[in-house]
Amino acid sequence: MEDVVCTFCGSVCDDGEFDAEKKKVKKFCRLGSAKFSEKERIKAPMVDGKEVSYETAIEKAAEILANAKKPLLYGWASTANEAIRLGVIIAEKLRGVYDQCASVCHAPGTLAVIEEGLPGATLGSVKNRADLVIFWGANPAEAHPRHGMRYSISAKGLLIKDRKQRKVIVVDVRPTKTAKMADLFVQVKPGYDYAVISALRAILSGNADVLPSEVGGVPKEKLLQLAEMMKNAKYGAIFYGLGVTQSRGRDRNVENAIKLIQLLNRTTRWVIWPMRGHYNVVGAGEVPAWEVGYQYAIDFSRGYPRFSPAEFSAVEVLKRKDCDAALIVASDPAAHFPAAAVKHLKQIPVIQIDPFPNMTTLLAKVVIPSAVYGIEAEGTAYRMDGIPLRVKKILETSYWTDERILEEILKRVEKLKG
Amino acid sequence: MIVVELVSGRTLDQGATVEEKLSEEYFKAVNYIELSEGDFKSLELKEGDRVRVTTEFGSVVVFARKGEVPKGLAFIPMGPYANAVIDPSTDGTGMPQFKGVKAKVEKTEEKVKTVKELLEAI
Repeated sequence: MEDVVCTFCGSVCDDGEFDAEKKKVKKFCRLGSAKFSEKERIKAPMVDGKEVSYETAIEKAAEILANAKKPLLYGWASTANEAIRLGVIIAEKLRGVYDQCASVCHAPGTLAVIEEGLPGATLGSVKNRADLVIFWGANPAEAHPRHGMRYSISAKGLLIKDRKQRKVIVVDVRPTKTAKMADLFVQVKPGYDYAVISALRAILSGNADVLPSEVGGVPKEKLLQLAEMMKNAKYGAIFYGLGVTQSRGRDRNVENAIKLIQLLNRTTRWVIWPMRGHYNVVGAGEVPAWEVGYQYAIDFSRGYPRFSPAEFSAVEVLKRKDCDAALIVASDPAAHFPAAAVKHLKQIPVIQIDPFPNMTTLLAKVVIPSAVYGIEAEGTAYRMDGIPLRVKKILETSYWTDERILEEILKRVEKLKG
Repeated sequence: MIVVELVSGRTLDQGATVEEKLSEEYFKAVNYIELSEGDFKSLELKEGDRVRVTTEFGSVVVFARKGEVPKGLAFIPMGPYANAVIDPSTDGTGMPQFKGVKAKVEKTEEKVKTVKELLEAI
């Protein structure tokens, strides 16, 4: 089968070729190939470690959720929009909390967008037009391996025809694999992105003389060179990664970077965009945004949606012990949350819906295995630049889809809640 | 003992095994710390040695590797080992500080816990 869509990272490559006999995919990167390779699955639905039918597991899950005072519904970045929509509806019916993987990934960028907006572009636009691309705290060589080839480094565009016509800069705290592909590498001291961005804003607004000889570990001459390159670009793009959102400054780093872009846009054309991680983490934010108005950290306990990451993000809810059950869909918070948050997850009944066993499986009371979108199920996902793509079903399976499982949970929750 | 600035992040190996969290491959992909050559030498380490990494927020034993990081910086792949020691405070954003935590690193003979043992210890 041709034009297979990859459901691993946010690049959502749509040009794979799947050999159904060998069960192997061609053209994809190492991450995509691993996604499409056969691996250990959760064999059957389980309650307290005992195998049960889908119906029994779903019944138990609905009962736990309906009896909880304030359940946390978390995950959603590796499933389809159709399933996420149901998740938001269930969270509302339960008066629980909806949160998604971005809250430990790119959500600080969402806070920055609320403050400043986002001068963005599609990946196609960057491929065709960008003569200067900056990866800031992002390492696509390891996290989005085909991004560079398809859109941002060696991509062959309409106006920018090849790598020779495109300059690439990497700003990071260490010389990453991506840094080795760059024309210029700028090494920043950890936690000093904000200061470096401020220094660039000072230079571009004609105040270079106020700068000391070094900012955030970057010599002034290098900052002047970087600012000059940025000013002279016809179409520039900053792709920022978790180096910016997970370090000191978080949302304020992104906000400052957007202000830098606004400044550049007075004289030339610049865009800025996050390197989103999971294949549908954009959907995990967009779907609740079009359903209830917010992207993440949404509390329904008063019967209407309230947004407050300081209170309703999964990590804060768990650290405060402010949920008494959890539904985890397509995610592994037991592995990816700080220990202080995992502690409470171990104390409450957890329901997991996921194709693969992971650390959350080890602490879950109810485990419901599901089909893999893009391989065993079709659905819609948003690529990192917000372009919706239909992911395909290429293999038959007896596993239920997240959508079907959630539909059944919703029916039972509605019945129990009246 | 040395003090480093610890960051966590993705790697190709971590990404390729992330859907097989209970496998040996995932364990190997996330259970190490990369130190600069200078820091690696100053702790008198050789490849395969273990170190205890301790921050204000926790402590974990991992394997030590020489990596391409500047002196004073250390890297652990994102996952349960990094998350045992990163800063869980979110400053009101919901986002823990996964990158940029002061950590003590010292040579140890203790064993590296499996993913399951790590979870049990929380």
